Amino acid sequence: MEELMNILSELHPDVDFEKEERLVEDMILDSFDIVSLISEINEEFDVTITAKDMIPENFNSAKALYALIQRLEDE
Amino acid sequence: MQNNVLNYLKEIVKKCPHKTAYSDGRESLTFGEVYAQTRSVGSYLAGKGIYKKPVVVFMRKSPSEVAAFFGVITGGCFYVPIDEEMPGGRIQLILDNVQSPLVICDRDTIEKAKDFKLGEGQAVLYDEISQGEADETVLENIYKKAIDTDPIYIVFTSGSTGIPKGVAACHRSVIDYVEQLSEILGFGEDTVFGSQTPLYFDACLKEVYSTLKFGATTYLIPKNLFSMPVALVEYLNTHRVNTVCWVVSALTMVSAFGAFETVKPEYLHTIAFGSEVFPIKQLKLWQEALPHAVFTNLYGPTEGTGMCCYYRVEREFADDEVIPIGHPFPNREILLLTEDGKPAPQGGQGEICIRGTSLTLGYYNDPVRTGEAFVQNPLNSAYPELIYRTGDMGRYNEAGELVFVSRKDYQIKHMGHRIELGEIEVNVDMLPEIRMSACIYDTEKSKIVLCYVGDISEKELTVALRSRLPRYMLPNRMLKLDQMPLTANGKLDRITLKQIYEKR
Repeated sequence: MEELMNILSELHPDVDFEKEERLVEDMILDSFDIVSLISEINEEFDVTITAKDMIPENFNSAKALYALIQRLEDE
Repeated sequence: MQNNVLNYLKEIVKKCPHKTAYSDGRESLTFGEVYAQTRSVGSYLAGKGIYKKPVVVFMRKSPSEVAAFFGVITGGCFYVPIDEEMPGGRIQLILDNVQSPLVICDRDTIEKAKDFKLGEGQAVLYDEISQGEADETVLENIYKKAIDTDPIYIVFTSGSTGIPKGVAACHRSVIDYVEQLSEILGFGEDTVFGSQTPLYFDACLKEVYSTLKFGATTYLIPKNLFSMPVALVEYLNTHRVNTVCWVVSALTMVSAFGAFETVKPEYLHTIAFGSEVFPIKQLKLWQEALPHAVFTNLYGPTEGTGMCCYYRVEREFADDEVIPIGHPFPNREILLLTEDGKPAPQGGQGEICIRGTSLTLGYYNDPVRTGEAFVQNPLNSAYPELIYRTGDMGRYNEAGELVFVSRKDYQIKHMGHRIELGEIEVNVDMLPEIRMSACIYDTEKSKIVLCYVGDISEKELTVALRSRLPRYMLPNRMLKLDQMPLTANGKLDRITLKQIYEKR
């Protein structure tokens, strides 16, 4: 979780990722952010996030994103 | 002969007034509605005595925004689109440059508009000026008096001094562009566009104007779908989109994440792309998913009105090959010129220069920078003839196709946007904590890297830049250094800087 928080806060140092739960709906993460976020996560965690994982529910909070990473790590 | 873009609208509204012209999936406007609203907006402008003036349009990307553009032209004025995505500082620079008497807003932007110094200008709601009665006599008079070299829009592009440049285009160059482009890509009344680009760049001309020419339909795709590839393709299918002209990064987003394994575009047959190099691997994924579709690479600077060269992909490319820029559209010529204004030798490199009607009018209220880029054709000393120097270096390959080689300066293409690295540096250097800064671009990973010396953390710097630079210009990596590498004669050493970055 800590590595993920580092990646997120490097992307947006001014956002409180512990609290935000509507990152996509509130346009805090835009499409550029999501695409660059995925390449960082794929590299850092050795997982592969694919098109079918790219839905708002998986990116709306740090928690949801971490859950996705864990699911992919288990596969 | 057609000498006014409004002619497209006047003709098509007679033919198919009830057909949908523009839609974002929720809100839609038919050609009849677009026409009626443009007549109201034009009459409102005329009533206010606003004529031959820039009119700022500050609205959410929507069918109404497109109608507002044509309303401004109907009033004999030219539109200047600005957008919430632009940082406040940049919007103010644009407002200061154009000194518009009017800012047309929607309900989402009107409060924000009031935060800016509008000078003599006034902010009004589109909904309130687009429903009034049309004064047909006045509008017909404006239409008759218009000539095809009158401006119709100004769009702003990155400037290395930190001040964006307002490229002004006229009826004639836009008509020429729409006519040539639609023939090359085969647009028609059955075309259903899925528009990706923001409306504040000239990239949207392709869909917005071609829709009027043919009575086609344009879907303005919500921006958030461009990080949701499966939902994006489903959107294309729901609306039966058959034609897209997208930046490369939008196309690769769909293919690289494997969206085609889940869903394929069912109606898409025409795919144009541009602004960046399309990686062959990604192109092949698209071709596999859509074996019967036509793929066309487009190239062109805003100063040449939209795109000016095209290359239809008809042969196989190796993974390390670069797709050529190809050939100029009809009615414009590409000159490859050397530093001293001579034609480049056979097969050699030269600066890509554009000659022809497609040249825009120049940078608005900026004679100095206009004079640097729009120059007398050095191959013609007999009469005045301007060419536009793109700053792009190119050469012809063995097949006689034009190929992009590099930039002469520090302009880059990042996620489909044209960016002067100098503009980022100027904005960084304005912060009091910064002693020196330099930007480099990691082409391989598509990342803007900012190196700086100063008493500010990477985090604080990111926050500070957010209010100064558009989102797409924000550095993706920050490198705080103790000192900048310099060359023997004291200039910034970008080569060493790149090495320092690569070692990290």
